[in-house]
Amino acid sequence: MRKRLRILGLAIFVAAPLLLTPLQGSGALAGLFNPETFRLANGMRVVVVPNHRIPVVTHMVWYKVGSADEPPGKSGIAHFLEHLMFKGTKKLAPGEFSRIVARNGGRENAFTSHDYTAYHQTVAVERLQMVMQMEADRMINLVLTEKVIEPERSVILEERRQRTDNNPAAILREHISAALYLNHPYRKPIIGWDHEIRELKLKDILGFYKRWYGPENAILVVAGDITADELKPLAEKTFGLIPPVFAEAGQRAARSRPSEPPQSAERRIFLRDARVRQPSWSRQFLAPSYLFGLAGGGASDQAYALQVLAEVLGGGATSPFYRSLVVERKLAVSAGASYNPDGLGPGRFVLYASPRPGVGMAALEAAMEEELGEYLEKGVSLDEVSRAKRHLRAAAVYARDSIRTGAQVLGVALATGLGVEDVETWPQRIGAVTVDEINAALRMVIAPGRSVTALLLPEKDD
Amino acid sequence: MVAFVAPLLATAFSAAAIEVARVVSPGDIEAWLVEEHTNPIITMRIAFEVGAAADPVGKEGLANMASSLLDEGAGELDSQAFQRRLEDLSITLRFDAGRDTFNGQLKTLTENKNQAFDLLGMALKKPRFDAEPVLRIRSQIMARLRRLSQDPGTVANRRLLEILFPDHPYGRPPEGTLASVGAVTAGDIKEFVDKRLAVDNLVIGVVGDITAAELAPLLDATFGGLPAAAETMQVPEVRAKAKGQTMVVDIAVPQSAIVFGHQGIKRDDPHFYAAYVMNYILGGGNQSSRLYQEVREKRGLAYSVHSLLYPLDHSALIVGGAGTANARVGETLEVLRREWRRLAEAGVSGEELTDAKTYLTGSFPLRFTSSSRIASFLVGVQLDDLGIDYLDKRNGYIEAVTLPQVNRLARWLLDAEALSVVVAGAPDGIGKTEKE
Repeated sequence: MRKRLRILGLAIFVAAPLLLTPLQGSGALAGLFNPETFRLANGMRVVVVPNHRIPVVTHMVWYKVGSADEPPGKSGIAHFLEHLMFKGTKKLAPGEFSRIVARNGGRENAFTSHDYTAYHQTVAVERLQMVMQMEADRMINLVLTEKVIEPERSVILEERRQRTDNNPAAILREHISAALYLNHPYRKPIIGWDHEIRELKLKDILGFYKRWYGPENAILVVAGDITADELKPLAEKTFGLIPPVFAEAGQRAARSRPSEPPQSAERRIFLRDARVRQPSWSRQFLAPSYLFGLAGGGASDQAYALQVLAEVLGGGATSPFYRSLVVERKLAVSAGASYNPDGLGPGRFVLYASPRPGVGMAALEAAMEEELGEYLEKGVSLDEVSRAKRHLRAAAVYARDSIRTGAQVLGVALATGLGVEDVETWPQRIGAVTVDEINAALRMVIAPGRSVTALLLPEKDD
Repeated sequence: MVAFVAPLLATAFSAAAIEVARVVSPGDIEAWLVEEHTNPIITMRIAFEVGAAADPVGKEGLANMASSLLDEGAGELDSQAFQRRLEDLSITLRFDAGRDTFNGQLKTLTENKNQAFDLLGMALKKPRFDAEPVLRIRSQIMARLRRLSQDPGTVANRRLLEILFPDHPYGRPPEGTLASVGAVTAGDIKEFVDKRLAVDNLVIGVVGDITAAELAPLLDATFGGLPAAAETMQVPEVRAKAKGQTMVVDIAVPQSAIVFGHQGIKRDDPHFYAAYVMNYILGGGNQSSRLYQEVREKRGLAYSVHSLLYPLDHSALIVGGAGTANARVGETLEVLRREWRRLAEAGVSGEELTDAKTYLTGSFPLRFTSSSRIASFLVGVQLDDLGIDYLDKRNGYIEAVTLPQVNRLARWLLDAEALSVVVAGAPDGIGKTEKE
């Protein structure tokens, strides 16, 4: 199918903070999805998110492996494998999976992130068993040949050109990641470095598949017009028939990643490019996530506080950076902050701005620092926090609307090691964050020694 | 950026699950409603049948700029106060402009519905257009135009439309140019809103936690004060002038954006459904389309490749696009033209037709997986005058398409020699070209 590398969840907003909107910026849009869960005998977890608006289901299989789990020098394997999962099994010819889904009126796709890889189809509920059978089949029966790999390698190199090499802002984003993470594999692009994609071998990819793909390392999420009682027999007849592959091979699919050393140097990078017609500025700070604590703090406590903080500072029309730099001082066309709490490893807290014509980057940066300085000194107010919380709680209500959202949020959570209850209690956790906690998190995360300041500049200054 | 926004290539299914009601208010404002009381949310989409095609020459981007300014202050509320009200009530209110339509969307929690409709009504009827937001929004649009000026896909699409529609509003960019956006004044915007947004060119779709009885008075309160009739848009009918030219726009990028197109088929054409099925087989669908198979799967020439029916109110196109490394542009163009020709000359197979119909009918319910998508559908069906029973009839229209119809249509419509092509990038090996 399309085999898209989609850096889903908030990673995409962190990578491109200008795309932020207030609701998206609220992070995992977890509300109360009221999911039902069970586990198959082979260890595979199953989550059902009922939504009975129409007789349709979204079926997703999430693997707890992503680009940050790739061996050194082999960047791009996780994503390459995602593409190749459509190239046939012992039972299905290359491309047949997709043709069958289409003939059944289904839509499908797949995406890869640093922490997970997921495959999904949306179909009429009576076609669910059919896609489950095929998804279970390719979990263990993938067949790859040199013949299918080479055209796909070209496709992936074109994908890389389209997403990254054609766009100076995207090239700079790659460099920001490489500068922000000294040792953690988040420093590598999900799609991989061009020169390493070119060298990936069939045996590397198959090795990665065998190492990570199996029922114990996968999560089935089905959202839509179905209940757990209805799904269970289908799951047992399909995924349930797969023996636990890792136990059999005497291994475990456990992640082991290089960790980040203490950071103490401010980094500044810039990209000058003739294609840049609208400069931009950002400052990114290494940050906690739901699963990663920083500076001795408890991971998730800091993450919830930072989520509310990002909502306060955010990207909305009345947020302080926008109001000050864009509306009042007329220095910028955009300005704001963003934060992504998802992810197994360290996240980032991002400040960004883009100047109006005639405004120098130094003046823009000074104004951002000035605004931030006021917050560091005064802290956020109770009123700001109450408004932000109200907004986040509403986001949780809106998140229940689309069939896909619940599946997505629960998939990200479980694939990174959170529990269903973390998602379900998200509104209460957000509600419990105090002003003091937010201000402590603000002062903790804004550490120059853990930051990268990045400038996207035209070839010549005006 | 997708320059070709997919119009309503609508779909419908035997939709027992969705019931559309026509709501007519005491003041004679009509809306189509799908009730859904599971979540305390209401989503509304509206569209006025006027768009960027009505922008005066030299003021291209006027409708777009108006759409960006409608939520920047109204009545007693200046921009910050208005936005703050929206945020405090967790209401989403947005507008945008296409070539033929001016669109709005409103999303609110049920508990705030009165305030939400009130804010929409204020935005439409009492917009302020204060100097500060006008300058600010203009600077933001210009920043975006500057950024997109080096985006190969955007540049190629703009150029293609210029070539296909010279001396016609459809050939002019809906977002305008740096010069034309600079020329648009607050007075122009006010005039646009006063004269072009009216009850007689408005359609409304509502989905969510509201009954017809609750909606009717809100329709009057919100839209009742709008002018009864809009000043009509003088947009002439036009055929695309595709003459087989290939044009290169130089941009220093490793991957060229290729776009191509010629005359297409209008939405109200009796052959539309045959064309819709044909385009699915050619490049409109998913991984099973011919372009996807030939360009991507077999040769690895591109990550994305597609074709698209692009019906407009006063014309129609069939267009397509692909992104490929500069060195492989020639080969890609050859494959694209060959597929265009092959479909015109040899048509599609019975199996392809069956597969297309199965997908297009079977996937129809997938259009209704969220309130926004349902509301968009309700608006699209009204804009295209398809009838309130379209939901039930649509799959029948697809089923009725025959193999001879598709093949006749393909022979008549597809003309590889006429395809106009624009390549934005630094391509080599593409032979005869007209450079800019």
